[in-house]
Order: sequence, then C-alpha cells, then structure tokens
Amino acid sequence: MAVSGRYTIAVIGAGPAGLSAATHAAALGVPHVLLESGPAHATTIQRYQKGKHVMAEPAVLPLRSPLPFEAATREVVLERWHEGLGKHRVNVRYGAEVSAIRGNRPEFEITLADGEVVRAEHVVLAIGVQGNPRRLGVAGDDLPCIQYQLDDPDEYRGESIVVVGAGDAAIENALALTRRNQVHLVNRAAEFSRAKEGNLTQVVKAIEAGTLNCFYKSSCERIEATPGGSRPYRLTLTTESGKAQVDADRIIARLGAIAPRRFVEEAGIRFPNAEPGALPTLSERYESSVPGLYVIGALAGYPLIKQAMNQGYEVVETILGHAVAPADEPLLEQSFSALPFGLPVTDTLALIRRRVPLFAEVNPLVLRELVLGSALHASPVGTVLFSKNDYTNSFYSIIAGSVGMELGDGGRHRITLGEGQFFGEMSLLSGRRRSGTAIAGPGCVVLESPRREILKLMSSVSAVKRGIDELFIIRAIQSSFAPEASFEELRPVAAGAKLNRYRPNDALFVEGDAADCLHLLRSGSVAVLRRLGGRDVVTSYVAAGNYVGEMGLIGRTGRSATVRANVATETVSIDAAAFATLLARNAALRDQIQATMRDRLASNARMQGQTRAGDVISFLMQQGLGEATDVLLIDEALCIGCDNCEKACAETHDGTSRLDREAGPTFARLHVPTSCRHCEDPHCMTDCPPDAIRRTAGGEVYIGDNCIGCGNCERNCPYGVIQMAQPQQAKPGLLSWLLLGRGPGPGAAEQQAPLSGATKKAVKCDMCKDLGGGPACVRACPTGAAIRISPDRFVDLARSSDE
Amino acid sequence: MSSVHESVLGQMGRRYLWLAVGVVVAMFGLYGWQAPTGLPGGGTWLGYTLGTLAALLILWLLALGARKRSYASKLGTVRGWVSAHVYLGLAVVPVATLHAGFRFGWNVHTLAYALTCAVVVLGIVGVVLYARYPERMSANRQGRTRQQLVEEIADLDARAVRVAQALPAEFDDAMRSARDRLILGGSAFDLLAGRDGSSVVLPRAGGSSGPLSNPYQATLLAWLGDRLARSEDGELSARVQELLTLTSAKRGALERLKRDLRFQAWLDAWLYLHVPLSFGLLAALLAHVASVFIYW
Ligand SMILES: Cc1cc2nc3c(=O)[nH]c(=O)nc-3n(C[C@H](O)[C@H](O)[C@H](O)COP(=O)(O)OP(=O)(O)OC[C@H]3O[C@@H](n4cnc5c(N)ncnc54)[C@H](O)[C@@H]3O)c2cc1C
Ligand code: HEM
Ligand code: SF4
Ligand code: SF4
Repeated sequence: MAVSGRYTIAVIGAGPAGLSAATHAAALGVPHVLLESGPAHATTIQRYQKGKHVMAEPAVLPLRSPLPFEAATREVVLERWHEGLGKHRVNVRYGAEVSAIRGNRPEFEITLADGEVVRAEHVVLAIGVQGNPRRLGVAGDDLPCIQYQLDDPDEYRGESIVVVGAGDAAIENALALTRRNQVHLVNRAAEFSRAKEGNLTQVVKAIEAGTLNCFYKSSCERIEATPGGSRPYRLTLTTESGKAQVDADRIIARLGAIAPRRFVEEAGIRFPNAEPGALPTLSERYESSVPGLYVIGALAGYPLIKQAMNQGYEVVETILGHAVAPADEPLLEQSFSALPFGLPVTDTLALIRRRVPLFAEVNPLVLRELVLGSALHASPVGTVLFSKNDYTNSFYSIIAGSVGMELGDGGRHRITLGEGQFFGEMSLLSGRRRSGTAIAGPGCVVLESPRREILKLMSSVSAVKRGIDELFIIRAIQSSFAPEASFEELRPVAAGAKLNRYRPNDALFVEGDAADCLHLLRSGSVAVLRRLGGRDVVTSYVAAGNYVGEMGLIGRTGRSATVRANVATETVSIDAAAFATLLARNAALRDQIQATMRDRLASNARMQGQTRAGDVISFLMQQGLGEATDVLLIDEALCIGCDNCEKACAETHDGTSRLDREAGPTFARLHVPTSCRHCEDPHCMTDCPPDAIRRTAGGEVYIGDNCIGCGNCERNCPYGVIQMAQPQQAKPGLLSWLLLGRGPGPGAAEQQAPLSGATKKAVKCDMCKDLGGGPACVRACPTGAAIRISPDRFVDLARSSDE
Repeated sequence: MSSVHESVLGQMGRRYLWLAVGVVVAMFGLYGWQAPTGLPGGGTWLGYTLGTLAALLILWLLALGARKRSYASKLGTVRGWVSAHVYLGLAVVPVATLHAGFRFGWNVHTLAYALTCAVVVLGIVGVVLYARYPERMSANRQGRTRQQLVEEIADLDARAVRVAQALPAEFDDAMRSARDRLILGGSAFDLLAGRDGSSVVLPRAGGSSGPLSNPYQATLLAWLGDRLARSEDGELSARVQELLTLTSAKRGALERLKRDLRFQAWLDAWLYLHVPLSFGLLAALLAHVASVFIYW
C-alpha cells in the first residue's frame, strides 16, 4: 500500500493523539502506518488503574475524530478504540519502537529498535510524555515473565515474584505483593535513597520482619526459563558476595521511564530553552522546526485526551492541504463576541499580539492556547478587577483602554496603566495576596490568564519570562521603597538588581558577613537566626513581599543575623549603592525603614529571652509551614482526642475526612495534623491536566468538579494531604437517627455506601468555603484545641507557648 | 496552653460566667425579696419563674448534644457552646434549689433535683478531666501517636521472637507466647484502672505452666532474669541479655500505651454517664412537670 515503498503519513505512538490521526488517515484512504512500541494501543491509558473512570474534559470542547470518545471506564474506552481501529482498517504495528527519525518532507527515514527502516513523506510524532519504561537490558529480558507495571497486586497469590528497582513504584509494588506472595526486591544500591519517607520506613520494616527479601548492591545478570523446575523461571543476580539465583514466576521491573526529550531533539526538533518543562517550538499547525514533522498530543503540551484526539484529526487535514479551523474555534469566537473589535478569530489574535509587546515573540499556536485558556473582559469603567488583599493569582494584559491601580495604605497612590501593559505579576509570582486594587478605566479590555497558563508560557518563551521578571523588579522596588517614583526614575536602580533563587535551608547571608545588599522576598519565606550561647536561635519569620538585610545597610555594620530560606525562595537583591540612591531621593524612606528596624529589634529582643519560642518557630518551619497561608494546629494541652474535628470534616464533605488529626509531628504540645496548609505556591497545582486546582480570592486552594482523578496532585503534594476518594451517600438526619433509630448517626464511625455512579476523585481541605462560617473542624472542636491560623501569627503563637 | 489557642474557660468563655453569675444573683435577689412574704416552693409566681427558668436552662443544656452533631451549623462554635454550657449548667443548681424552696422528699420532684445535681457534678468532673489530662497525655506520648506506640510494641515483639529462634526451644516458646498473649486494650474496667491483663505460658520442668498473669511483662522479665542467672554459656547469656533488653523496652512502650489509653478512657467515661443521666433527668423533669399540673 505504500507509494513507491513509502507511506504518505507515518504516525508514531498509538495514544489518543496518534490513534485519532492514523484512523482519520485510514478513513480518508491515505497510505499510512501507525507505529506503537507497546504490545497494544494507548499504553498510557492501559496503565491507568483497573476500572478507572476516564473523563472527557474539557466538557465544552467538541470532539472531532473518527474514533469515539466519551466519559466511561478505561476498559470501555480502550475497547471502543480497538473496534474503531478494526473498522477503519488502520495499518497499526505493535512492538515497533521508533529509535530514530531522520530527514525532511518528503523523505523521512524512521528507524525501529530492531533496525528496520520505515519511509514516509510526513511524520506525526505523538509519543506523549510518559516515556518508555527502562528495560532490564539483560539476556532473557524478552521472556513473557517480565512486566513493567503492576495493575492489581491482588491478582497474584502464592507466587514467587522478583521486583527490580528501588524507587517508590518498586517499593509500593513489592509491599503490596507481600500480602499473598513470596517477594524479592533487587536494589542496586545499599539503601533506598530515592524513596519517600513513608515508603522507606515501611520497606525497611518489611525487610527486617522478613516478609520481604531484599538483595542489596545487586543487579540482574540473566533470566532463563526452567521448564520442570520448582518455578518456571530462574533469575541470576550478581551480588556483593557472588552470584545468587532466584526461582520465580514473575519479574516486575520498575526502573523508571526514559523521558522523550532527547529522542525528540535528536530528530532535529528545537525547544525554546533547556527548562525541563519546555515544549517543542511549533507552528500554528503543529509543525515543528523540521518541515513535515508534526508534534501533537501531550508531547505538544496538550494534557487531555480530547484535545489530543482533535489534533490527530487536524494534523491529517493539514498534511493533506485542507484548510481546517481548530475544533476550539467556536469557543474563541464566543469569547471574542463580547469584544468591541468585531474581527474574525485570527485577526483578533493578531491584534492581541500586536498590542501587547510582551507577546511579540510568542508563536501563534502558543498564543492561541493562552487566549483559549484565559478570559477576555470588556469591563465598564469602575469595575473592580481584583481588590487589595485578595488571594487570586491570575495575570492581566491590557488589550485596550486603561486600568487604574490603587496601591499603598488605603489606596493612596493611584497609577494608570495603558494599552499593552500588564499587571497581577506580583501575586502570580509570590503567591501572596494582591498588593493593590485594580479598577477598569475607560474602554478597558483585559485578558485575564490563569496562573498555570502564564507559568507555562514563561517556561516556554524566554522573552516573556524576561519581560515579567524585569517589570516585577521595578514594581517591587516601587511598592516597597518609592511609591511615588516613576518607572523611568527607578529603571537605573532596577538595572543593578538581581534575581536570586534559594533552596530550603540555604543562607541569604550569615551573621558577621559584610552587608552589601538588601533582599526583597519575591516568593517563599525566610527565618532570621541569631547566634546565642553557641547555637542559632530563630528570632523571626519574614514572608514574601517584605525585605530583609536593611539593618546592615542603614547602620553600615556587618550582618547582625543569619537569614535562611525556609522553603524554596526567590529574592530581588538591591546593592548598597542603588539603595543609597533610593534613600537619597526620598527623605521619608529612611524614617520608614528605621521604624521597621525598631519593630524588628524590639521583637528580636523579646524572642531572644525565649529560646523555646525560637525552637517552636524552627519546628513550624521544618514542617514546611513557611509556605503556608493557613494551617490547622492543635494544642495538645487541650485536645481530648474526641475526633470531633475529623467527624465534622467527613460529615460536611461527602463522608471523607480531609484531615488526619493523630498523624503528624508534635513539638512543645503543638501538633501539626495532616491537613492542607493552602500553600502560597501550591505544589499540587503543578501538574493537573484539566487545571482543576484553583485558589479563591480568600486564599483557599480547592479542587474543582472537573478533576479527572489522575492522582498527580496526590503525588505532588509534599505534605500528603490529598486523597483519592469516592463521595458517599448522605447519612440520615439527627432526628431520624434519634427518634427512628436510623443509622449510622451523625458522627458515627460507620461508612456509608459510595454514591452510585460517583467516581474516585482527588479530595482535600477546601476550608469549608461553600459552608460559610469558617472551617467545620475548628467550629466542631469542643475544647478550643483546634485552630486555623496564618503564619503571621506564628510569632505570637511561639511566644505564648513559651510562657 | 497558648493564648492563640483558647480553652472553654478562657477569655471568650468568661462572658458566660458573668451571665451565669448575673442570673444566679438576680434569682437570689428576687427570692430574698419575695420568699419571706409568700409560700416558698412551686406554687407562687416566683416559684413558676424559677421553675420555668431551670427547665429552659436544662432543655438548652441538652441541646448541646444536637449542636455538637450539626456539623454544618453556623450557630457559634462548639467551643463557645461548651463554655456557655459549663457556666450556665452550674447556674442550674442554685436556681433549682431556690425553685424547690429548700424542701426535699422521697418523690419524683426531688428525683429530678437529685439527677440535676448528679449531672452537674459529673459535668464538673468532666471539666476537671479536660483541664488536666490532655497535657499529661501529650507529655506521656512524647510526640508519638497511639498507632506508633502499638507498632513499636509489635516491632519489639518481632525482634525478640527472631532472637529467640536461634536459642533453645524454651526461649522460642516463651517469647512467642508472650507475644501472642499480649493484651493491648482490655475491658472498660481494665482501661480505666490501667490494668494489664496479658499472660504468658512458660516452660517448666516436665512440661509447661498454665497461663501465668504477666502484667507489664513482669513475669517474663523475672523468668528471663532467672535463666540468665543460671546460664553458664557465654553465647547464650549474651542472647538472653538481648531478650531482656528488648522486653524491658517493650515494657516501657507498653506502660506508655496503657497510660495513654487510661487517660483516654477517663476522658470518655464521664461523658458516658453525663449524657444518659441527662436523658434520665429529662424524663424525671417531664414527670415532675406533669405531676404538678395534674395534682394541682
Ligand atoms: C493516571 C492518569 C489519568 C488520566 N486521566 C485522564 C482522564 O480521565 N481524561 C483525560 O482527558 N486525560 C487523562 N489523563 C491524561 C491523558 O492520559 C493524556 O493526556 C493522553 O494520554 C495524552 O495522549 P497522547 O496520545 O499525546 O500520549 P500517550 O497517551 O502517552 O500515548 C503515547 C504512545 O506512544 C507510544 N510511544 C512512546 N514512545 C514511542 C516510541 N519511541 N516509538 C513508538 N511508540 C512510542 C507509547 O507507548 C504510547 O502508547 C490522565 C493521565 C494519567 C497519567
Ligand atoms: C442539668 C445540667 C446539664 C445537662 C442536662 C447537661 C447535658 C449535656 C449534654 C446533653 C451534653 C452533650 C454531650 C454529647 O452529646 O456528647 C453535655 C456535654 C457537656 N457537658 Fe453537660 N449538662 C449539664 C450540666 C453540665 C455542667 C454543670 C457542666 C460543667 C461544669 C457540664 C459539662 C459538660 C461538658 C464539658 C460537655 C462537653 C463534652 C464534649 O462535648 O466533649 N455539663 N452536657
Ligand atoms: S494540597 Fe498540599 S501542596 Fe496543595 S496547597 Fe495543600 S498542602 Fe500545599
Ligand atoms: S475536636 Fe478538638 S479536642 Fe476533639 S480531637 Fe479534634 S482537636 Fe482534639
């Protein structure tokens, strides 16, 4: 079927994107081939847990593909696709791992792992971002006893199973299998250094107790079938003390995945920069820097199935030279309809690009994606876009008209921003409350982009990052030190300022150092420590939005204290000379800074008498609370262990408590239960495909209904506060329990049956934002032991617990 | 206790104290002004006022149970309710006493009064327990959770059994039996008294003993000590010494756990009397009111 031994289109990767592309080509009768490394289609979806409910987000986006797709279980979705492949006679080859792509349109050479070469005129690369599992790479690693994932540990019993690897996946698999099988774990190192804390303690315990047999400092040498032996296979290991042999039914290799970036770059596809999150540079039609080589799906930065499938369709149309408007065109049309421009979609996009200099270097595809993910507002004069102290973190670009910003105490300083300017970067970058109020001026049209979209843009277009960083520095200096100064005046000062990044525990400066600069904290938080009686004592905690290091500069002394990052922290440092310029141009500034200094000195003096209070702060910081905005703390001197807090949470949240009172560390009677602390820069948001994790103006980080249950946030939260849970049926009310004996009663421990049709989704504390009246856990505590507080009260708390 | 955290008796609760004091003082005032003239007890308008007030208070005190279970309620915090409950609960006794006009007998009226007093006394016990035990409980646990203590004990047991495996069978049997016959919880009485009902079967000449009580591993420790004293084999002695160390550590953890459970049991126990007696009081109160209106 190949034209002169060559396919018109070769699709690599049979995930949703590649399946849709190949099926569309087949339906149109275009000579094609679909190359998939796995033994079946859609490896990523095959790897979801059994029975997972696959969601069809975003709901508003229409599906455009010859293959069907609607929300259903994993099994049904896979089966439908399988049928579609047969119906359209798609030329799919499984077990065909592509190892290299060379050439240009119309002469591509695709080399497979076994050396075979496939030729094609166009290539569609749809290999996703999961990467291929790292293989054992030893003799016999093609035997059927080897698997690279574990769906359901309870499927096996009475087997002898070898798990190879020492990461979390290997440990979790091995532990789950020990319940019913004899399990061996092969670890190349002498310990488990890569594992999460919880997994580490459990695996060591299991090994000590003898339920799990671990070969340390060992590696696999070969695998053979042993027909007639006690077990069907035999694995030979090289260990420190020589060879060892294990007879096994099954070998599970969990050696991680090979990220696709290298492979993609080797095909000649360019990336904008070296950031790990960067996406390949693509045209509006998904064409990469190599002509004729297209990239679609997750690899192109589209994390959801429906998007991937639509692109599969569009890319084939494009290759065939058909003009095709993307499936999301109607969405953009609708979003543009409220604007005063009256232009078609493409022209409106071009206008946005022209008007906002920040977007000048953004390619059309990326800009389109940004606009699609953002909201456009044509706001009447006087509309409040956000208010001072809101916790929102979206980013605004002014497309037309102007916006007034009220800054400073009581909005004393008013500035006007015009067409092409942007704002909102402060909260975006620091995760702190809004520092001013933004009000629409005449003719105002703004593009409001969610935080995730802008972060994605910053990581893929260096010019955007540079532009935002520069403006951030000027505005930070302006708001802290020179509210009435103009940008032009501040530009020279800002030019000498530097952006610095610190990891947790890094020192910004050390007591006794020469004082050469002042740091404005852009994100994160720091602890101030003084050396007393031979040890460092914490004397205060400073949050993002404030500055440190002023004392040395004003007093011209050395550093009087050490300052360390509590969490990952970014600062803008201003050197002594630039700071002197600022002081010189504003007489009031010196007084203002001296007042801050006096407060700090007084507070430090008080804290120094209370070493224990310092220890309490250190303890809180060690728990990562330096990045919290609101945290649940229990005073153990009051807690009677009644668990009313947990009951209240479960009863008001579909039957699952989002806090675990007993778990978590304790110091000086202060207990930090496992519960969301609504981080300034929430780690959980990092990798959420439908962007379901949001922050309200009040600061609550919550998970929306469009959660697809992928579990990424559960893994990304370093504090273990997210669970995957199914909502339960409501319990009978108080009266029917009391008078009619209907159980379980309010607060009773029995669980209700899951709500029919409900699926497992991520759940976490939402601060009872929909309940009104504040968090139910705190209001239900009969003794006052449970409180929620924000970190600015940590010092009060620490001081009072030292009395 | 930190001032950022606040107990039910703290600042915020104080206003209910003044409210309660106000109510009691006002009622004594009324009584002092009225009682000498009229008949003491229920029949007068003063008696009705006092009786109605006491009954309403009791009904409101009972309503705490409902508030505590209305988890989405915006009606104050449970802590605020408990503050008010404690102070106004204490006010019930003087009000009821005045209502009774200091006359008591063997009848349903006095039963209601006695139950009121019993409930109040239990309430006071509860407040004292709440004020004292949590802090001691926290100090006792030393930052660990109850679950961790249970795991620590299981872990020490497992290690002891592994050590004993390499020793003569009697050690193996003894350590396994101590592990299997360990009782972490126990009856309500055991929990409140901190009694350890664990036992152990020990090898004896010509067989093994029946189960011997082994409170806090004392019997096992004595037996191990005895074996150690008699051992003349250096290797064996070292191992038995190890068993002794593990078992002592287990005793320590066990004591901690049992103490924790004892505190918890007391914190829970008073409420198991306070609430049923409150319902008893409600029944007596209804009977009292009914009888008064019927035999008027
Ligand atoms: C646990 C989990 C749950 C999710 N739930 C949902 C959901 O409910 N709804 C939703 O819309 N999205 C969900 N997603 C996201 C969704 O899975 C991805 O967006 C989607 O799979 C991306 O499709 P793709 O075709 O781009 O890549 P993939 O699906 O990753 O497909 C890539 C394919 O390429 C193959 N391949 C890789 N390298 C090579 C090579 N060198 N040669 C040949 N073939 C190769 C792979 O084997 C694979 O089959 C979830 C993701 C995860 C991890
Ligand atoms: C006639 C008087 C009283 C009645 C009828 C009464 C009744 C109740 C009821 C129904 C509860 C709810 C318990 C539950 O649902 O779990 C309760 C709780 C409580 N009572 Fe009383 N009570 C009275 C007096 C008092 C007094 C005088 C005190 C203290 C001095 C007191 C202290 C408490 C406390 C501390 C609780 C809270 C327990 C908890 O939720 O943990 N009570 N009472
Ligand atoms: S879920 Fe975890 S990462 Fe997200 S805000 Fe809460 S504590 Fe922070
Ligand atoms: S409700 Fe209060 S007293 Fe009860 S367990 Fe929770 S924190 Fe402790």
